[in-house]
Amino acid sequence: MREGYCLGIESSADDFGVGIVSFNGEVLANVNDVYIPEKGGIHPREASRHHAMIAGKVISEAFKKAGIKPKEIDVVAFSQGPGLGPCLRVGATVARALSSYLNKPLVGINHCLAHIEIGKMVSKAIDPVILYVSGGNTVVAAFEAKRYRVFGETLDIAVGNCLDVFAREAGLKPLSNKPLGAIVEELASRGKVLVRLPYTVKGMDMSFSGLLTAAVNIMREGKYSLEDLCFSLQEVAFSMLTEVTERALAHTEKPEVLLTGGVAANKRLQMMLKIMSEEHGARFCVVPKEYATDNGAMIAWTGVLCYKFGMTMPIERSFVKMRWRLDEVEVPWVRTQNM
Amino acid sequence: MLIKKGAEASIYLEEWCGKKVIFKRRHPKKYRMPDLDKEIQIQRTKHEPQMIHKAKESGVPTPTIYMVDLEEASIIMEFVEGTQVKQILVDLSSEERINLCYQIGKIIGRLHKNGIIHGDLTTSNMILTPYGNIVLVDFGLSEQSMEVEARGVDLHLMKRALTSTHYEYADECFNAIIKGYGEIIGSEAAKAVLNKMREIEKRGRYISER
Repeated sequence: MREGYCLGIESSADDFGVGIVSFNGEVLANVNDVYIPEKGGIHPREASRHHAMIAGKVISEAFKKAGIKPKEIDVVAFSQGPGLGPCLRVGATVARALSSYLNKPLVGINHCLAHIEIGKMVSKAIDPVILYVSGGNTVVAAFEAKRYRVFGETLDIAVGNCLDVFAREAGLKPLSNKPLGAIVEELASRGKVLVRLPYTVKGMDMSFSGLLTAAVNIMREGKYSLEDLCFSLQEVAFSMLTEVTERALAHTEKPEVLLTGGVAANKRLQMMLKIMSEEHGARFCVVPKEYATDNGAMIAWTGVLCYKFGMTMPIERSFVKMRWRLDEVEVPWVRTQNM
Repeated sequence: MLIKKGAEASIYLEEWCGKKVIFKRRHPKKYRMPDLDKEIQIQRTKHEPQMIHKAKESGVPTPTIYMVDLEEASIIMEFVEGTQVKQILVDLSSEERINLCYQIGKIIGRLHKNGIIHGDLTTSNMILTPYGNIVLVDFGLSEQSMEVEARGVDLHLMKRALTSTHYEYADECFNAIIKGYGEIIGSEAAKAVLNKMREIEKRGRYISER
C-alpha cells in the first residue's frame, strides 16, 4: 500500500514553516523562513507580509526536499491558533487554497498541541509532564482524561518574551542564525554574580513581568555587567519553571518530563530540568533544536494524528483562533501508561 | 517515617516529646544556584509559621507549630488526624460534597477577609478531621495582601486545582465554594474578586472568550 503524506503549515508568529511528514512519522521536509524585524519585536502586519511573500518559495522547496509531487499529499494541516491573527491568516489562506486545489481534506491544528506531539514523537516519550516554553507561551501540562490539562502557566508574559525584551532593552540584536535567547544564553554563561531579582511562583502559576521590570531597572543603574544580569535573569526564571514542573511531576507522578518550544534550546534550562527529573526517577526528554522552534513538521505530524481520527474540517469552518487554549482540544490518540 | 515526599518538602511523621508530630523539611534544590536556593528556603521556612499563626487569628484551623529551624529549613508541627479533602471528595454524595465545599469557601473567605492569601489552595492541602473540622495546611507559598488581585489569583488557583483533579464535579464544587466565600467576605467584595479572577483568567494566555 502507498504511504500517506501530510503537509503542514506553521505561521503563528515570526516563522513561516512548511513540513511534509509521512503517516508513520517520517519527516521528509521541514523548511522554515524566519522574519527578522529591523527593530523591536514582531510587528504582526510586517511578519504577515513576510509570510505571504515567501510562502510559495517555502512550499516549492519543501516539495523538492521531500521528493514528492503536490498531488501525492493526502491531507493539508495548518496552525489554526493560538498566535498573531494576521500571521495565522496567511498560513490558513495558503492551506485552504492547497486543500481546495488538490481536493484533499483540511485540518486546523492547535499550535501548542503540535509542539507537544512532535516532541513526543522525536523523543519517544509516552506520557510526560510537559514544559512548553517559547516567546509566546509558558505552559506546564500533562495528559489527563482526554486532554492535555494545563497545570500551571504564566499569569502575564511568556518566559521567552521576558528574555527577548530584556535583551532588546540591553541593545542586543538578533541574527538570522542566532535568536535573542541564544545571545542571552551566551552572555549568561560568562556571568558570575547572582543579582537579587523577584522570584514569583503562585501555586502552579508564574509571573515574569515583575522579573523583567526589575532586571531592566537594575541594568539601567549600571552597577552590574550585562553578563551577570543575563545569568541572574536566567537562573531566577528557569528556577521558577523547574519548580512548577517539579510540582506537576510530583502531583501527577508521570514517568517522563518533556521540554519543548523555542526556549527548550537553552542548555541551562535543560540541565536544571534534567537534575530535577532524575531526582524523581523520571526520564528527561528534550526536543532537538530543529523541532524546538516553530516549524511546519510539527503541524504536519499533528495533522497526521488528527486525520487518522477524522478531525478534518470544511473550509468554511477553518477560521483562525488567536486565543485557542491547549486544554480545549480533545486528543483521542493519546494512551497513557496506566490505560 | 516519611509520609509524603512533595515537590517542595518532605513530610515525616515522628514522635517528639511524647507527641505525634509532623516534621517538615524543605529540600535543597540541586537545580537552583546554592545562594538563590538558600535565600528561598530561609524565606519560606520563616514565613510559613507566621502565616499559620495569622490564619488562626482569623478563625481558620491550622496545625500548631512547635519548632522552627532556619538553617535546616525545617518545621516541627502538630500532626492533624484526618483525611485529605482530595481523597474523600470522590466518595461523597453530591449533597455532602457541596456542603464540604461550602465550608471550604467560608475558610477561604475568613483568610481573605484578614489579609491572608494562601497561595496554594488545593484539595490536598485541606484535611477533614474526625470532628468535622477542616484544617488548612501548607502555608509555604502564602502572602499577606488585601488586594483584589491577590485574592483573585488565590481563587483562580483553587478553581484550577478542582478542574485539573476533580473535573467531573469541579463546577458544582466551585460554585459552593463561592457561596460560602461570599457569606464571609460580603457579596460586594466577593463579586469584585470573582470579576478579578475572570479578568486574570483572560489575561492568562489565550482564552477564546476574551
